[in-house]
Amino acid sequence: MSENKFVPPVKWADERLGFGKIGKSGLRKVFPDHWSFMLGEIALYSFIILLLTGTFLTFWFKPSMGEIEYQGSYSLLKGLHMSEAYASTLDISFDVRGGLLMRQIHHWAAVLFIAAMMVHLLRTFFTGAFRKPRELNWVIGFTMLFLGIIEGFIGYGLPDDLLSGTGLRITQGMIGASPVIGTYLNFFIFGGEFPGDDMVPRFFIVHVLLIPGLILLLVSVHLFLVVYHKHTQYAGPGRTEKNVVGYPLFPVYTAKAGGFFFVVFGVTALMGALLQINPVWLYGPYNPAEVTAGSQPDWYMGWLEGSVRIMPGFESHFWGITLSWNLIIPALLIPPAFVTLVALYPFIEGWITGDKREHHLLDRPRNMPTRTGIGAAFITFYGLLWIGGGNDLIATHFGISLNHVTWFLRFAVFLGPVLAFWVTRRIAISLQRADNDRILHGLESGIIVRSPEGSYSEKHTPISNYEAYELTARERELPLDIGPETDDNGVRAPRRALNKLRARLSRFYYADAVQKPTHEEIEEAHSHGHEDEVLELTDTETYREVTSDRS
Amino acid sequence: MSDDKVNLPATTADEEHSQVQVAEPIPDPGIEPHEYRITDVDPKAADRVERQIATMFGLATVLVLGACVAYFAIPRDAQIEFGPLAGNASNMTLGLTFGLALFLIGAGAIQWAKKLMVDEEIIEERHPGGASPAQEAATVETWKLGVAESGFGRRKLIRRSMLGALAVVGLPAIVVLRDLGPLPGRALYHTIWAKGIRVVNDVTDRPIKPSDMIVGQLVNAAPANLAALQEESPVEYQNSKAKSAVIVVRIKPSEIQTPPGRENWGVDGILCYSKICTHVGCPISLYEQTTHHVLCPCHQSTFDLADGAKVIFGPAARPLPQLPLAVDAEGYLVAQSDFTEPVGPSFFERG
Repeated sequence: MSENKFVPPVKWADERLGFGKIGKSGLRKVFPDHWSFMLGEIALYSFIILLLTGTFLTFWFKPSMGEIEYQGSYSLLKGLHMSEAYASTLDISFDVRGGLLMRQIHHWAAVLFIAAMMVHLLRTFFTGAFRKPRELNWVIGFTMLFLGIIEGFIGYGLPDDLLSGTGLRITQGMIGASPVIGTYLNFFIFGGEFPGDDMVPRFFIVHVLLIPGLILLLVSVHLFLVVYHKHTQYAGPGRTEKNVVGYPLFPVYTAKAGGFFFVVFGVTALMGALLQINPVWLYGPYNPAEVTAGSQPDWYMGWLEGSVRIMPGFESHFWGITLSWNLIIPALLIPPAFVTLVALYPFIEGWITGDKREHHLLDRPRNMPTRTGIGAAFITFYGLLWIGGGNDLIATHFGISLNHVTWFLRFAVFLGPVLAFWVTRRIAISLQRADNDRILHGLESGIIVRSPEGSYSEKHTPISNYEAYELTARERELPLDIGPETDDNGVRAPRRALNKLRARLSRFYYADAVQKPTHEEIEEAHSHGHEDEVLELTDTETYREVTSDRS
Repeated sequence: MSDDKVNLPATTADEEHSQVQVAEPIPDPGIEPHEYRITDVDPKAADRVERQIATMFGLATVLVLGACVAYFAIPRDAQIEFGPLAGNASNMTLGLTFGLALFLIGAGAIQWAKKLMVDEEIIEERHPGGASPAQEAATVETWKLGVAESGFGRRKLIRRSMLGALAVVGLPAIVVLRDLGPLPGRALYHTIWAKGIRVVNDVTDRPIKPSDMIVGQLVNAAPANLAALQEESPVEYQNSKAKSAVIVVRIKPSEIQTPPGRENWGVDGILCYSKICTHVGCPISLYEQTTHHVLCPCHQSTFDLADGAKVIFGPAARPLPQLPLAVDAEGYLVAQSDFTEPVGPSFFERG
């Protein structure tokens, strides 16, 4: 052991920082391997890329709305009056070497950051990774997504170009619709009437300091909790609620995750080099009296935009006040309600199912048909609103009436999620049944055998014990039983109405789910009958036929 | 299967804490046996992968150096025109070389991990997240000790006055934000339009005569007193522009349905409306001559200019405010007054 000593600089640091005490377990920390665990990594790495490229941009960007006459090298805008913010964005794009590249990497990484967080959230949702003990990490992750969207939108507004200025004008109009405080909020945020000359410097400091700082803090807590809880894993042979099976942080994940950072950075850099994004010089400086047709925000604002677009124009005027339902409902009520529901989902589901146990094994989406259906409904709702955000482009590209697209969406946002829920749940239940068939009867080999008596039957081949275990390594989820109406002494149970509701919701969650077969059922299926005979293949029957219908 | 559920035992609230046995109906067979990769058993294959990885890292080094050379060697305004690849040569070369270098470093590291590093799965035990009963007891005891030593429980006066002070200590943080902006006052009710202000083309700044406009024409216009503001105060200029932008349109008088009280607001079928959408304030701009409809490109609110600019589709709830027009002594279009209602999006106290 004596040769296992820290080299002097490490020794020096350890005596001051003490990391040597946790080095052994830390270096061999186990992470399970699955492609879907990579989504959060993409989000983390895009955030780091955003910090790096964003810092570069601040060296030249002038967060000022002071008006100047442009004299830079982009000849089409020479002599035009514009804000210093817009002019310095042009300078970054045309006069600073690598500036346009950095701007484009920054924008692509921002778009990717939010997309990755959202897909990561969906993975967490559909696999039930948000259950105890990870509910708070779900909320932290969700908060980062929320902050990321605001951060992205504000950043998009900083260049003070015509497109983003229009976006801010819309936002200002939405804020103004807030009952009682709307006008005051606007005057405080924008320093008076719109556009004023305060918004760029104010949004700048929020964009480069406040929100990134908050996200950085939340990322640290998020990762700390991942380490503390240890990563979830999919069920499988040897994988239990009490262990975590995978590869060690050092060396495998150091190389894989570290390498993946370079891959994400490399891909965003290639995108920045090859794919143009947000060419602000084509839009021109912000002018409150101009707008371009087909104006679109960045993709993550699309659902809000759609929500506002498809809302019919209702307004109430009474007692000298105006209530703009055409904005209050789609911009001030529905989005907050939607995000609150998503943020609180772990607690809602936990209450309904009455499940207070720790979960480290992930669900396959099919094994939770109702949750999966709810997820599909949420995606459909979001997706339809998102389509609404591009109703004009859909109309012009497909040559259909804009009004028809809008009217279709006005109904579809309500009916679509219901349909999606129902269809998804049925598909999940069918997949569960297919799994049970696979466990009980094995695989259809596609080989038809005629018996000496003349009857036909299909050969089935049993699945491996490992696969059978993997398919059955899940819990028997049963509806919550709230017990009898009265106890032995005839006293009514407390909070009966609430508990009845809870039991009804719980039945809704679990009643139609297919339970895995019992040991007896498996035994019986394997021993009985000629109809679905379990036979080993002979040498002449190719394995390919057997595997062709594997899902 | 689902029909059998009535026969299965239901979990009760009492059983919530029990660990569910997932290792049934089939017992856990344990981790699947490790399968060797070709690089584990064939040293030649392993060497081949090593060369692959080294090539990636080597290429990355060359590309990084290439990026540095390209930064200085390529003039900043040089253009690349190569089929679909078109753009600034400096940015593109920097991005391609550096991006590819980063990608290769990443791909090399991942390839190393996947093909050469030991890939036998290892197991780590989990431990309950919360404290053990003993730890819990010790923590509670220590906490109680601290509370008792401070007298926090006994000294109610201190406790209450402190909580009171802490409850209000954040107030100044909100109060000092008061100067973020002025109070709205009547700012949203007025524009710089007034009696006798000429309607000018918003590009050329030229005043407009009725005879300049043919039926079906739409002109984006502004008040004549706007341009002077630009030198005076760019902020005032932008703010005023955001409220005073108008569209002037000439429609065949027989097709116009004039709302009551606006009989003399037009001049020979020339009408003037606010350009700012009553929904969220985008400048409306898409005019369809044959239907006299104007559409806001932001949220597709559609207004009929021949019918008092009333909303015929989309999320806007109010017609566009109309500016009463007249002709001055020199025959140019002028405003009779300011708008008679606030322009732009609705707000709570608007009425």
